[in-house]
Amino acid sequence: MTVVERREIALVDLLDRLLAGGVVLAGDVTLRIADVDLVRIDLKALISSVNEQVPSPWPELT
Amino acid sequence: MTGTSELRYVYAVCRPLGDAPLQADLTGVAGAPPGLVEHHGLVAVVGDVPERDFAEAPLRSRLEDLDWLTGTARAHQRVIAALCTVTSPLPLRLATVFRDDSGVRTMLEQEGDRFRAALDRLAGRVEWGVKVYVEEAAAAEPAPAAEPAAASGRDYLRRRRAERAARDDTWQRAERFAQELHDELSGQAAATRIHPPQNPELARTSDRNVLNAAYLVGRSASEEFVETVDATKDREPGLRVELTGPWAGYSFSSPEDAEGGEEQP
Repeated sequence: MTVVERREIALVDLLDRLLAGGVVLAGDVTLRIADVDLVRIDLKALISSVNEQVPSPWPELT
Repeated sequence: MTGTSELRYVYAVCRPLGDAPLQADLTGVAGAPPGLVEHHGLVAVVGDVPERDFAEAPLRSRLEDLDWLTGTARAHQRVIAALCTVTSPLPLRLATVFRDDSGVRTMLEQEGDRFRAALDRLAGRVEWGVKVYVEEAAAAEPAPAAEPAAASGRDYLRRRRAERAARDDTWQRAERFAQELHDELSGQAAATRIHPPQNPELARTSDRNVLNAAYLVGRSASEEFVETVDATKDREPGLRVELTGPWAGYSFSSPEDAEGGEEQP
């Protein structure tokens, strides 16, 4: 069955927009998250370790 | 107030909000209520954030803390969503931070032309996300334990060929379906953007993401757009369509983000 689902925003959808979208500026402080790929790679590594060791935090994130 | 230990977080840039203020009890990143910095017909939506989290060095490590990142992303989106009820904001990348209001004004001055062009592009429009998945059961090889023993080597090979053909058929069907859906939805959108497929681990699904697209759609055309997506229900067994939104125009904040038609609804 093909199902169209609508539900609370999943973290992965949020990060698709907030880390890959939006205007990138040269702020005057600032760490720009222009290195999105870098952040994502770190995030993936982090998530793997979260899944192995502490599976419980995840259901509330989806 | 701006003290030495506070920085200015900028959520979005928009046109002046006029008579439509932000809701009074809205809180953003770091629990701070968002405020407005106006400059030459543009408004930056800002909030105070502590330097101990948002200066460059701490921010770098904070961003790798999944709980912190989640909380910050949700707070950012909360402010953007509230803005979307009164205007079509131009969202900034997560964690764009300035020292003070003067830095924010300088930024509005320097980037003014780019912001105005982007706000014109987004005006009266919202972003919808559409994803197509191949469901795991449709894509997976049957578990060996579930198969009866092959009577002969020839039976075994024949069965393997049939399984492979079924799998290939599923992927071809998925690609064709995704392409046709994308073509159809593009016709209703002012602009489109294809995101990379989502990581299944991050997405918490074992289904395979074959289309991850964003569409910039007029508010007045959105009902029809959603109906079109809903109508894909039941069209193809083994494929799943997910709709997210409406979003602010995160995926269409730069001219180079958008592909396709400009002057549609």
